[in-house]
Amino acid sequence: MVERQSPLEPEFHVGSHGNFEHGVEIILTETRPGSIVQLAAWPGEEKKLISGIRTVTGLALPDGAGGGLSDGVKSVFGFAPGKFTVADEAEGLAAAFARVVTPAIGTVTDLSHGRTAIRIAGPKAEWVLAKFFAIDFALPAFPVGAGRSTTHHDVFAQIQRTSADQFDIYVFRSFARSFWKALCHASEEVGYEVQ
Amino acid sequence: MLITCPYCGPRDVIEFTYQGDGNRERPDPASQNFEAWNAYVYDRLNPAGDHNEIWQHSGGCRAHLRVVRNTLTHEISSVAFVRGEHTSTPRRKAEGKS
Repeated sequence: MVERQSPLEPEFHVGSHGNFEHGVEIILTETRPGSIVQLAAWPGEEKKLISGIRTVTGLALPDGAGGGLSDGVKSVFGFAPGKFTVADEAEGLAAAFARVVTPAIGTVTDLSHGRTAIRIAGPKAEWVLAKFFAIDFALPAFPVGAGRSTTHHDVFAQIQRTSADQFDIYVFRSFARSFWKALCHASEEVGYEVQ
Repeated sequence: MLITCPYCGPRDVIEFTYQGDGNRERPDPASQNFEAWNAYVYDRLNPAGDHNEIWQHSGGCRAHLRVVRNTLTHEISSVAFVRGEHTSTPRRKAEGKS
């Protein structure tokens, strides 16, 4: 497959930036998953789809709205009733799901080229994200593995918490550079490092 | 104003799109009953109090919701999926107020 270019490239400057004299409190990076797919179940077929996710990824989705988990390579979370986002470091997730998710169960949409995954980590990650999104980022309200869909200035964003102080944000590829720049500006006052 | 989405929990109204009066009953598309069509298009209850409304969580899970909103106080007394029961467990019980 052709190598994918990052939309962040012109604004992706590796190193420490902003007010980092007292330490870096934010780490920003692009995770560049090989596959990103969205799965949707027809009403009543949700359990079959969840079992299909387990077959393909080995990840057993927890029950409940916005539930999800990540093993560091593959990630999955619910973002709407009966709908899930799945990401994998390797390519080929859409083809694997197309074999398991039959037309009677639901749909598979390959978004590998349509979304950019940005990772924000560090002790101030919750604090920086709280400047962007009007949702509760505290650990009890937003547990590890869980996903949320929300918007930043009308730009749709899906957020998964992948550890206590780390979040993966999936944004439209065409808006990703602008969102990245905003994220950098918002992280300046606590000092950030791009890796 | 906060609307407590049954899937996403309490969210600001800016994430939602109003989809119209929830009391309308659309006549059969083949119907020639002009009075029924006129009522569907033009007649509104316009209550000073609780009002049935359809909202879409367009900036979130994109589900269509049946919302009861008080037109005097903006208090939201009930939110449910238009589609009805769903297998997902709501994350939080209705707690959103204006």
